[in-house]
Amino acid sequence: MDNPAGYLHLGFIVISLPNLALIAAMIALFLIAILVPFPREGGRGGGGSQ
Amino acid sequence: MSDDVGTEVQAPSWTRAVQQRLARGLPIERLLPDRQPVYVGSWVYVFGVITIAALVWVIASGVILAFFGPQWWHTTSTGRFFNSLHFWSVQLFFVFMVLHLWGQFFMASWRDGRAPTWMIGAIIFLVSIVAAFTGYLAQQNLDSQWIAANAKDAVNASGAGGFFNVLNFGQMYGLHVMLVPVAVTVLVVVHIVQVRMRGVVAPIDAPAEESE
Repeated sequence: MDNPAGYLHLGFIVISLPNLALIAAMIALFLIAILVPFPREGGRGGGGSQ
Repeated sequence: MSDDVGTEVQAPSWTRAVQQRLARGLPIERLLPDRQPVYVGSWVYVFGVITIAALVWVIASGVILAFFGPQWWHTTSTGRFFNSLHFWSVQLFFVFMVLHLWGQFFMASWRDGRAPTWMIGAIIFLVSIVAAFTGYLAQQNLDSQWIAANAKDAVNASGAGGFFNVLNFGQMYGLHVMLVPVAVTVLVVVHIVQVRMRGVVAPIDAPAEESE
């Protein structure tokens, strides 16, 4: 915890690995929220019509 | 005594105007809905309410930190727990606020008269950044001193240094625990009322108010 974070250097792009991991996790969470069906009343998941 | 009680003309009144505007825009039966359109059944719509839940934890832990003070939050295990609770609930607040922003951006949620809702949301985002920045400056440790010393030149160069002195702990702490939280809370309440008044925006390819 007391050590400085690692950094990714890609040309003019410089980003710390923790920040990069957080952004990747947020994008993954966003995609999961779009793709995973929301539970409906009655117990069964699914994106079908009501 | 005159008997013209039934023909009384009401004088202009801003309280009555606000009352009538609210009654028209947000009838009490729509304030806390028990039904939502079908398209609201998506995890994307959960991001906003998680952001509000995180804000509740931010404010609750912040009230406790403000009550006991910096020595407590740095030197006692309970204080460090609440310090961490405050920090991590802020992380969740920002993560889910940005996810909420992404979701609303990609569904163009400013459509159908919802531009003010979008603009208030954008202002909440900017004010929250001020809250986070003043929070880093209010930690009362080397980190806050380091951030203040490094930030002062940028703030001064922007011209804001004339009334925003990042080296002044009292000013930063006052902003962080009073003015900015009040601003964020009021704006969030306005944002939610705006969402309730207009309803949730329909998907781009769906007619509005479908299948409610």
